[in-house]
Amino acid sequence: MSNIPPDLRYAKSHEWLKPSGDGTALVGITDYAQNSLGDITFVQLPKVGTLLKVGDSFGVVESVKAASDIYAPVAGMVQEVNEALNGRPETLNRDPYGTGWMIRLKLAAPADVSALLDAAGYEQSLA
Amino acid sequence: MSTLKRTPLRDFHASHGARLVDFAGWEMPVQYRSILEEHKVVRRAAGLFDVCHMGEVDVRGSGALAFLQKLVTNDVAKLFPGRVLYSPMCLPDGGVVDDLLIYMRGPADYFLCINASNIAKDLAWMTEQARGFDVTVTDRSDDYALLALQGPAAAGILQSLTGAKLGTIRYYHFGEGTVAGIHCLLSRTGYTGEDGFELYHAASEVNRLAEALLEAGRPHGLELAGLGARDSLRLEAGYPLYGHELSATISPLAAGLGWTVKLEKGCDFNGRDALFRQKREGCAEKVVYFRTGDRRIVRADTPVLGSDGATVGRVLSGTLSPILNEAIGSALVSAAASSSPLAVDIRGTRIPFTLTKPPFVPLPEKA
Repeated sequence: MSNIPPDLRYAKSHEWLKPSGDGTALVGITDYAQNSLGDITFVQLPKVGTLLKVGDSFGVVESVKAASDIYAPVAGMVQEVNEALNGRPETLNRDPYGTGWMIRLKLAAPADVSALLDAAGYEQSLA
Repeated sequence: MSTLKRTPLRDFHASHGARLVDFAGWEMPVQYRSILEEHKVVRRAAGLFDVCHMGEVDVRGSGALAFLQKLVTNDVAKLFPGRVLYSPMCLPDGGVVDDLLIYMRGPADYFLCINASNIAKDLAWMTEQARGFDVTVTDRSDDYALLALQGPAAAGILQSLTGAKLGTIRYYHFGEGTVAGIHCLLSRTGYTGEDGFELYHAASEVNRLAEALLEAGRPHGLELAGLGARDSLRLEAGYPLYGHELSATISPLAAGLGWTVKLEKGCDFNGRDALFRQKREGCAEKVVYFRTGDRRIVRADTPVLGSDGATVGRVLSGTLSPILNEAIGSALVSAAASSSPLAVDIRGTRIPFTLTKPPFVPLPEKA
């Protein structure tokens, strides 16, 4: 049902993480998450430079139905935010793994990524 | 989930990709594709809504008019066969039991449409109130199905399936006829602010009627629309929803529905004394409608803050207007505070209200 690309890592709280190989990673919400939320109407992003521990809320995604906190899958510093989402929050519905990315994290410890779920593990967590 | 009631269209919804949710004990489609898109389709072309969960009641007998006059605040004597009336139904203290539509079929023959969440309560209340009147009150909710066809293209779509002359049925009037061979009460009413019809018919025919309407409407842009869009459409139009803008503690006068309270209709009615007093002395609280210029949705029960930051009320309904692209809603605020600046706090951001007299968007003139 849900689209779960094999090359990403996942948190049970429905965020994905894509390491770039340079000590940073893109973070967003999964297709399952955007579909459960329905029409996304507002995205609140953190300030660049914000330090995040694992599990810290770094933003809010609002849909017609509800407002949901989004959590950091690993520790790091917010290096870049996807400002385009402010004007076009529905991008999260249309392209959650691509243009719907939310933040670029400078990873505190790149090895942390291995603690996240792979696609099969995330798929299992949805069952 | 097994205790949820299902409309006869439940499988139809599922096969059209609906997301089904619990609404007032009914398993109902909240959306098919997208609430925002379904909303816009209704404003632009037409939407088809399953509202079979609504309750229907027959009120018959020589005492029907006198009974209804006591039961509701609006003036039922103004009705004639073929005419529809909207009215609150009040408690003695002016609070609201429900709001409903009254259809006059004949001199001793009326038909009511009531809210799904209130069917059992309304029936008990009406049965108790009917004592002493020559009237029978009969729950027909299981016998009738109800589809709402709403939007600028609705009349044209419906006309393609019926010989009834829809041009002769004006707003808040009804007629009878067959649609795709199915006998219907054709009511030119709705809950979206658009032109359109609500079609009451035998529950056993609803699948056939829904398919026929969808097929005839598709070339005109008709799409299925769920309860999510129904709610944002009614709020954008400024229509109250029982349990939000009207309730046992929010009277029709507090809700800004003074036009539905006919204190001088020439007979006593439930709540008249209390409403008379409220009108003379003013209501302690009133319902206001607001927009914010911001996309953050202001959700029900959010505290409303006065200019000094103190809580002066609470939000009753809130959504994003898909047409305006900003948050809109209603709130119950103390009458004293209602003329000063109001705001809410959303996750640490102060969002000021711009009070607005609904509708929030231009709606078509109703013929």
